[in-house]
Amino acid sequence: MIKSSRTRLGFAHLAAITASLIMFTPVYLVIVNSLKTRAEASTLSASLPAVPQFGNFATVIEKGNLVEGFLNSLIYSSISTIFATLLAAMAAFVLSRHRSRFNRFLYFFLIMGIALPVNFFTLTWVLQALELINTRGGMIFLYTAMNIPFSIFLIYGFVETIPTELDEAATMDGCGTFRVFFLIVLPLLTPVLVTAGILNFLGVWSDFLYPLYYLNDSGKWPMTLSIYNFFGRFSSEWNLVSANILLNITPVVIIYLLGQRFILGGMTSGAVKG
Amino acid sequence: MLPWFKNNSRYPLLFALPALTIYLTFTIVPTVLGVGFAFTDWNAYRSDINFVGLKNFREVLSPDELYLFYLKNTLIFTIATIFFKTVFALAFALLLNGTIKRFVNLYRIMIFLPAILPTLIVALVFKSILHPSEGILNLGLDAVGLGFLAQKWLVDPSIALYSIIGVDTWKGVGYIMVILLAGLQSIPKDYYEAAEIDGANAWQRLRFVTIPMLMPALAVVTVLNVIYGLRVFDMVFALTNGGPGFATEVVYTVIFKAFSQGQYGLGTALSTVLLVILLIVGVFVVRLLDRSPNR
Repeated sequence: MIKSSRTRLGFAHLAAITASLIMFTPVYLVIVNSLKTRAEASTLSASLPAVPQFGNFATVIEKGNLVEGFLNSLIYSSISTIFATLLAAMAAFVLSRHRSRFNRFLYFFLIMGIALPVNFFTLTWVLQALELINTRGGMIFLYTAMNIPFSIFLIYGFVETIPTELDEAATMDGCGTFRVFFLIVLPLLTPVLVTAGILNFLGVWSDFLYPLYYLNDSGKWPMTLSIYNFFGRFSSEWNLVSANILLNITPVVIIYLLGQRFILGGMTSGAVKG
Repeated sequence: MLPWFKNNSRYPLLFALPALTIYLTFTIVPTVLGVGFAFTDWNAYRSDINFVGLKNFREVLSPDELYLFYLKNTLIFTIATIFFKTVFALAFALLLNGTIKRFVNLYRIMIFLPAILPTLIVALVFKSILHPSEGILNLGLDAVGLGFLAQKWLVDPSIALYSIIGVDTWKGVGYIMVILLAGLQSIPKDYYEAAEIDGANAWQRLRFVTIPMLMPALAVVTVLNVIYGLRVFDMVFALTNGGPGFATEVVYTVIFKAFSQGQYGLGTALSTVLLVILLIVGVFVVRLLDRSPNR
């Protein structure tokens, strides 16, 4: 009996290790190839480099307009994340606290955006009318709009867990809605704001679609689009492409490892409401 | 003053206004306009726009055109990725929820890792891994004597779509696993004990306790996958760009081509067809995500 359960445990670990290795292989390939010479990395092979070529990173930073792309990605991700998370929190607060028929309709109307497909043609028209086409400001607005529905959904559920007595006490003490929200409620929403913030940031950092449609000017491209373009020009130089990719995914992996608890919490919140 | 502002001074709708304005401007207005423009011959290279009735829809839904084929590809992609992701994710979740105690966090981190990587990057890396003569998948299969399994993964029109489905499953399975794992952890232990006392074997416990109790999580996972699958773009665009020929073309890649060619009227009609499908799904989303107690 003991022996058979040990064997089972062994098989379970073997399966888990195999799965982990399969999931990690592409990242491993990117890491080793980013350190190879051009000849060694003509294909994306698994062998280790003879001598690690750290100079590849300097080369891609120079050749691939990487600093520019990195800064653009950072601008789009961080500013739209702040806007989307804050505006969603304000909306979720009043919609969750005061559940009139109209407010419930408004909540569903807003979270319906999770499923709506983008109409890129008429969106062009809207962006042109607002003079936002091919601008950084336009990107920030688009990403804010993209992230508002899911953020409202996440935060709405969390607002319920904050006792309304707090609002009442603060109102008695003479606080207006603005102060109640910003001084009392918003600090208590921190955990869900971090979750929404991380998910929004990662979503925008990974996005490729809006810049592909709406940014002609390569100086405004985020990293994803620069890498795609770089891949087109240097597709057989996997050392450079890998170095480029590694620089793009490093911030994502760091955020993932530090913010795991929040990411997983947010992703699962819809699933376990029972 | 509008009545709802007056009625509720403590929670004024003014707070929802900024979010609502941005959402209306960049999501709702284009969507509603799109339905209107779908009945026109709107073209980026002409200044006049004329009403053409159902012409665009007849073209999109005509059996002589390829649009229904693209729609079919999109549906195959959606259904197949849901199936494979859910099956593998459930297997991983069961593996990490019971037997294994040590290293369980490490395994979970590794399996979830691909889910946070940008799709475009994953697709570019796999494009190389799946290369027919130089990719490490075929070279690896050769090396272990399984060379007969090697395929022209992304080049052979009859299997390219399934290769894309495979890569997408690899990328998305961790995300689904995490949701199912949370669902598994919310099942009370007593249920399993009771089933065991009643003499249920492992399969019966899975069939009659785990799966039914996991239904809410499975429903959420399915809906999220449908929304993702019907709108898939990056993965297909970077792996095959719809090729070889048009074998792996999906709705969003065709829309991008219509956009590049200036065929706005036709593109909007295609978007509208997708909108109708997603709205039907959207109704389910709202039902599922409705957290209010008085539903």
